[in-house]
Amino acid sequence: MRFYEYESKALFAMRGLPLAKSRVAINAGEARAAAIAIGGSVVLKSQVLSGGRMKAGAVKFADTPDQAAAHFDAILPILVNGQRARSVLVEEKSPIAQEYFVSVTWDGRAKKPVVLFSDMGGIDIEEVALKHPEHVSKTHFSTILPLSPRIAKEAVGAVGVSGNDLNRLTPIVFELIQLFLDYDLTLAEINPLARLEDGRFIVLDGHVDLEAEARGKHAALLAELGIGDDETRQARPPTAFEIAGRKVNEADHRGVAGNVVEFDGNLGLVIGAGGGSLTLFDAVRKHGGRPANYCEIGGNPSVKKACLLTKLILAKPGVEKIAVMMNVVSNTRVDIVARGVIKGCIESGKDPAQVISIFRIPGAWEDEGFQILAKYGVEYCDRSVSMYDAAGRAVAKLGAQV
Amino acid sequence: MTILISKDTRFIVQGITGREAVNLTRENLDYGAVIVGGVTPGRAGRDIYGVPVYDSVRDIVAKHGRVEGSIISVPPGFTRDAAFEALENGVRLIVIVTENIPRKEVAQMVELAALRGARIIGPNCLGIISPGEAKMGGVGGPAANTRQAYSKGPIGVMSRSGGMTTEIASTLTAAGLGQSTCVSIGGDAIVGTTYAELMPLYEADPETQAIAIYSEPGGRMEAELAEWVVQNRSRLPIVAFMAGRFMDEMKGMRFGHAGTIVEGVEDTTAEKIARMEAAGISVAERIEEIPTLIRRRLAQNGGR
Repeated sequence: MRFYEYESKALFAMRGLPLAKSRVAINAGEARAAAIAIGGSVVLKSQVLSGGRMKAGAVKFADTPDQAAAHFDAILPILVNGQRARSVLVEEKSPIAQEYFVSVTWDGRAKKPVVLFSDMGGIDIEEVALKHPEHVSKTHFSTILPLSPRIAKEAVGAVGVSGNDLNRLTPIVFELIQLFLDYDLTLAEINPLARLEDGRFIVLDGHVDLEAEARGKHAALLAELGIGDDETRQARPPTAFEIAGRKVNEADHRGVAGNVVEFDGNLGLVIGAGGGSLTLFDAVRKHGGRPANYCEIGGNPSVKKACLLTKLILAKPGVEKIAVMMNVVSNTRVDIVARGVIKGCIESGKDPAQVISIFRIPGAWEDEGFQILAKYGVEYCDRSVSMYDAAGRAVAKLGAQV
Repeated sequence: MTILISKDTRFIVQGITGREAVNLTRENLDYGAVIVGGVTPGRAGRDIYGVPVYDSVRDIVAKHGRVEGSIISVPPGFTRDAAFEALENGVRLIVIVTENIPRKEVAQMVELAALRGARIIGPNCLGIISPGEAKMGGVGGPAANTRQAYSKGPIGVMSRSGGMTTEIASTLTAAGLGQSTCVSIGGDAIVGTTYAELMPLYEADPETQAIAIYSEPGGRMEAELAEWVVQNRSRLPIVAFMAGRFMDEMKGMRFGHAGTIVEGVEDTTAEKIARMEAAGISVAERIEEIPTLIRRRLAQNGGR
């Protein structure tokens, strides 16, 4: 989950990283007040969970408080890569001599964390790595040996930085490495990390991503930064439908019936598991179907959870039918899912035989499951019908109805 | 021959008294596994389907001698400690079933395993099965279900999804193609053993004649496999199925597994498919095409 720039900087400040004076503004008046408090020229930056702000015109410099207020009004409505701004950060304008780049992230191939450092900061690092590989260093480090500053020194020195700059940069990079590990981040990036005309270094821009799995562990930090439980901080904010989906999954601890993602089609999907859902969603689209949602059933969810998930999807405007499909299951019980889904249909006032276009969950307890489905007249199939063909049957039924 | 495990592999289950671990223990025993003991601290003296429970791995080793493998099924907050315990007591093959473990802890387990010359499969996986021989983990579920989906034969299967491991095996079995060893490698961003790291084992296994893999968006594992295949002139034809093609246009959204997210170009299915095809790996659009593609590739190889 990504942090806004101002949240990332709050975290950096806690760890003593050098920052310019800044304030968050949510209206033009606050932007003006911030500019007055900071004094002198300022930069206004849209607070969005996306890069490319400069290109989108969502970063502007102001020499006077009035100009800052005007820029606020200009910046706030700008969508950056489809993202709406939450606020605007008003920051002291710094006299820059040179820009550097540093990030700490995970390398899944090396299975270790890695520091990327460049003396060509401020621009797209992937481009620098491609055109000027000698200006980007990659330094992997151990997660079980005690951390030592030499990792940071090597990362900085590897691009040819020496003298005072090396000695000033090393502690900043080392702090970022420690922060990355201490807070279970998946990314800690400073770009640019600027050397000012007087030789000091400051963090001009940066952001961090916290690993979703570590959310609970860092609840205190999230509370301090004011990040709410409903904020998924994915590419877009969660919809009401998706938040309701999460509540379904939290109904009890047994199995998974959730990870609901909203789409705008007419075919509701009650699908699973992790890999099966991806496969089935592709299959529905390949047949020309329009999914109303993505979801995942996994482990062994209770009848109640399968029922609640079905009701949620059936209640979604535009949903005409649902398809209940999974890969061959071994831990999930077919009969329990069948019971839950049928219950969900009935409680939604729908005839299971009409509203369930296909039920394709083969595997553990399938005979018991198929008996229940037969009783309610629901069309089902076993593993002899592929996931792809089952999705095709579901899509065909909707076509016939329209 | 099989890879990783055999009929005689002596393993343990850490967290054996947990609900899922109890099921898994029964399923593995029913499939013929040799489980010498289980660990749950404070529960020594009990037994789970005849498997004695101990407080620690050390106690099992003291009583029963060297242990080759361990299945770890404990809550995420306790997994690293359990893995360290197994590694420091001489266990060299660890299957981690647990999901939702932060990356840092996965990296720590993997790093210590490398120092100890041990191998981790997972986390967030269902383990290993060599049909008709041995099983270590929840893959395939109850023994009867496992026998229905899996059959002995020449195809190695590697999958980032536990459930899809069984779907693919079931499809191969229905087409008359049995499997040598199937490995559910786990769905996290960092896993103990990648496709490319298993390839040398399959290469060395005379029974394995071809490989089927299930892959997804996210990570560099497919690129790593493609490079390995080219550099090592693999004798094994590989057929890959790529799920999650819809995610290519949905940058930054996580679907399926923890490691399944498109963050950069290299994470997309389009890029992965291109890299694999350039390395001579056939990519199937549907699961049911896998047996046909494998047969075609085997025929091209002169039926080797």
